[in-house]
Amino acid sequence: MKVYADNAATTKMSRTAIDAMLPYLDKFYGNPSSLYSIGQEAAEAMQNARETMARCLGCEAREITFTSGGSEADNQAIISAAVLGEKKGKKHIISTAFEHHAVLHTLNRLEKQGFEITLLDVHENGVVTPEEVASAIRDDTCLVTIMYANNEIGTIQPIAGIGEVCKKKGVLFHTDAVQAAGHLHIDVKAQNIDMLTLSAHKFHGPKGIGALYARRGIPLTNIIEGGAQERGKRAGTENVASIVSMAAAFEEACDHIDENAKKISALRDKLIDGLSKIPHSVLNGDREQRLPGNVNFCFEGIEGESLLLLLDQKGISASSGSACTSGSLDPSHVLLAIGRPHEIAHGSLRLTLCEWNTEEEVDYMLQVIPEVVSYLRSISPIWRDLAANKKQFIL
Amino acid sequence: MALYSEKVMDHFTNPRNVGVIEDADGIGEVGNAKCGDIMRIYLKIDDGIVKDAKFETFGCGSAIASSSMATEMIKGKPIANALALTNKDVVDALDGLPAHKLHCSVLAEEAIKLAVQDYYEKIGLEYDKSGFPDCENCQTCKECR
Repeated sequence: MKVYADNAATTKMSRTAIDAMLPYLDKFYGNPSSLYSIGQEAAEAMQNARETMARCLGCEAREITFTSGGSEADNQAIISAAVLGEKKGKKHIISTAFEHHAVLHTLNRLEKQGFEITLLDVHENGVVTPEEVASAIRDDTCLVTIMYANNEIGTIQPIAGIGEVCKKKGVLFHTDAVQAAGHLHIDVKAQNIDMLTLSAHKFHGPKGIGALYARRGIPLTNIIEGGAQERGKRAGTENVASIVSMAAAFEEACDHIDENAKKISALRDKLIDGLSKIPHSVLNGDREQRLPGNVNFCFEGIEGESLLLLLDQKGISASSGSACTSGSLDPSHVLLAIGRPHEIAHGSLRLTLCEWNTEEEVDYMLQVIPEVVSYLRSISPIWRDLAANKKQFIL
Repeated sequence: MALYSEKVMDHFTNPRNVGVIEDADGIGEVGNAKCGDIMRIYLKIDDGIVKDAKFETFGCGSAIASSSMATEMIKGKPIANALALTNKDVVDALDGLPAHKLHCSVLAEEAIKLAVQDYYEKIGLEYDKSGFPDCENCQTCKECR
């Protein structure tokens, strides 16, 4: 059996998204900046896509800027807020320790340029509180950037509460909603979100396309200089086919959010309950405040890469926060941020589901994963020492 | 293009010499759980010959494959051959490892050397310590912490 359980990494494109894209590859291939018909047809399609995106987010079309994806949108949101802050002498930014690297590395760069960065603790459950955000805000804070839902452990942050705090204190609030968009209800006005990042390939759209919502009145700083596309804020001929496809995928996802969440979270819960039976294991991230499709476990005594390779041999595509899978020496910064020790973080497994996964697939994973974990433990010197009481179990 | 060669995948999925030698003459352990790799090699030595070798490994696919291949390469050979085994020999026998996985083969080489050293210590043999890895002051482990 083949099981794709890595939907947080990327998703298969939907038929809707593929069909929406095709006419803009060979029929309406004009440059949207050209004045002749096939150019203007492309421009019109792009405008419709912008309006669709805006409707799904609860904002105006002019507040949407198309980007090459989530990373670019994160970079542009943070840099823009920093430029605005610096003009007012405000050079303090609040974020969390478990953001995506598109956020963390941008913040590192700003730190080198004299900004002060506060990374809030995310606790063992992987959730920050609005109160903690409120008490971290200072007179010189120019931006709070906190992800909507974490990409590894799936924990959902109290976005509306944080938005309210930021509005009260007059601080810009950006959220990286790459894992949330299309999966959780978003209303940027009601939730007081000033800027929001999303990426199409996480909701059955194409790769290489995303969007940045920025509330009217927030001037964006260009990351890419050149032509006057995207109201002068993002140069480069637009990826029309992908933009149209993203909007179609986003609309479809948002129209089915509740039914998908119901179906996927039932599969997720079955998977969590089944894997919890493996001794000396732990679920990472809050059980309730959790994306419908996210399952993330640590298994003591084994290493994640060998687990992934054996699962791949059994037809299961999954991911891990092990250092070996990233090519660096350190395991996942997210698992370290929620307090997992290095040796435990190396033995992590992330399974992320979508509405196309089935109960049969979940049953298959529940059969295979415990077998593979116990095989790897049987050849692990750490496990031998734990089992012989020469070392203390952590989990 | 696969991450690993067929040889690596063969030794990873069907590892040779997995297990423990209860009355081992020498045991060598290298690595660190924090870094995500621990390799333990058990040797049975008789009359200067490695009669048997077994391993246990906590680590990635290439660490398991390296342990499997390295134990195969020293079984039945004189101690001198086991000591002469280099990480490059292991990598070549596996038809290569990705660059960021080369340290796994180093672990295999060092675990074997430490197992032989343990044997020398147990039988009270005089030997030149300079040819053996100094795990207490290993730079790789320090950088990892």
